[in-house]
Amino acid sequence: MAVIELDNVWQQYGANVVLERLNLRLADGEFCVVVGASGCGKSTFLRLLLGEERPTRGRLLLDGQPLRDEPDATRGVVFQRYSVYPHLSVLQNVMLGFEFRGAPLCGRLFARARRAAREQALAMIDAVGLAHARTRFPGELSGGMQQRLALAQTLVARPRLLLLDEPFGALDPGIRADMHRLVRELWATYRPTVVMVTHDLKEGFELGTRLIVFDKVRHDPQAPNAYGARITYDLPIERNTQRAAPAPGVGLAA
Amino acid sequence: MRSLINQRPGRGLRFALGVLPFALLLVAYVAASHARLAVNAHDKLLPAMSSFGQAIERFALRPSARTGEIQLWADTVASLRRLGTAVALSAALGLVIGILMGALPVAGAGLSPLVSGLSLVPPLALLPILFIVFGLGEVAKITLIVIGITPVIARDIALRVHEIPRELIVKAQTLGASSWQVMLRVVLPLALPRLFSAVRLALGAAWLFLIAAEAIAAESGLGYRIFLVRRYLAMDVILPYVAWITLLASLMDVALAQASHRLFRWARFGQLG
Repeated sequence: MAVIELDNVWQQYGANVVLERLNLRLADGEFCVVVGASGCGKSTFLRLLLGEERPTRGRLLLDGQPLRDEPDATRGVVFQRYSVYPHLSVLQNVMLGFEFRGAPLCGRLFARARRAAREQALAMIDAVGLAHARTRFPGELSGGMQQRLALAQTLVARPRLLLLDEPFGALDPGIRADMHRLVRELWATYRPTVVMVTHDLKEGFELGTRLIVFDKVRHDPQAPNAYGARITYDLPIERNTQRAAPAPGVGLAA
Repeated sequence: MRSLINQRPGRGLRFALGVLPFALLLVAYVAASHARLAVNAHDKLLPAMSSFGQAIERFALRPSARTGEIQLWADTVASLRRLGTAVALSAALGLVIGILMGALPVAGAGLSPLVSGLSLVPPLALLPILFIVFGLGEVAKITLIVIGITPVIARDIALRVHEIPRELIVKAQTLGASSWQVMLRVVLPLALPRLFSAVRLALGAAWLFLIAAEAIAAESGLGYRIFLVRRYLAMDVILPYVAWITLLASLMDVALAQASHRLFRWARFGQLG
């Protein structure tokens, strides 16, 4: 069954059509990369999937059920910026998901529940290569390390759908290559269903199992906003998952 | 020689430059006092340093003949008790109201107009009402301070909460947080450092309201004493009291700044990118 299903989804603000006639089915474990020029509605698409916005027309289904129109634990997200909590250490950031689920009233775990959560959090921190930094605050980490932390924090909550919003857009090329390796490993290990938005086509081919291109096909020079973007290409990418070998120094908690 | 805009004083020079204005003021005072006393030895307006010494001895070192207490100490305790209670209450109230206003749009819609309106009422204009309702005791004075500074603190906290990136709130929800948990684990800790700076800024107003309330109706307190001895033009008492109040206020300011610096180590690393 499809994890995510878009059935003729339109999104418009007043007369300004951003997305039109989106039809898409994402199977379990797919890594779908969405590319397109700036302003083509990629971010709107992501906000729709997050539930921050409700489509003007059409239906959005998650596991066959209508998607809740507010963010919840079924969907995890890593943003380009502001993805981690500056007031919590690396370990506390990763434990946050367990604490939200396990302690509805005080938001903190104690004793055995806390030790169990800590164990799992530490394994995930190890998997993203931050074991040496677990007591540090995000403000003490580099941009790349902050994004590693954001990935760990999100993945440890095991979302049904993982949304990545240009997560490596602000990083240096060298760091970005490291992050790509990490994402491939994590995907091979945990097999989350991923939707990643990026403007970097190369990144899309490097990471995804499926590439989707958004573009405007109809144009009215008198009314540039009358038509929205559609899916113009939908390409499967051959990917041999066995190829993703762990990088040296990064122990995978598999 | 470097341009003036690029010259930075070293440690010693910075200290000397900081002390210099105080020293100049002191010298000016002593000179003016000396000149007036030379004309009229009974002048009360600018007492000599020796008169201050005697007044300080009378009020701060020797027990009062009437009550058996050390006057300055009794006044300080009375004032600080009022101020401390009021500021603690205001901080707690302001934090809760500010977080509700900032984090929950529904609460914001309900509370913001009220809090904005209250913050525009001149608190001293309410003092007669407070005295009528609560009598002349401690409650009226504490309430005056609370009414005076809580709206400011609440609005400052609400502004801070609005500054929290939307991403952090969305992210918490995707990790399974309820509204309550978002407020408890994300909004509250991110707003706490701002509470400390808001209280620091509000302390000046709190002192103002305290002295005003004590001046009008009290039986002890630093403000009460100043206004009491004013009848005798006792500048030798008033000026040391003012200096003492200033010292207390600056000690509180420094203590709050230090506490904030220690408690929120994470806040030293600046905004995340």
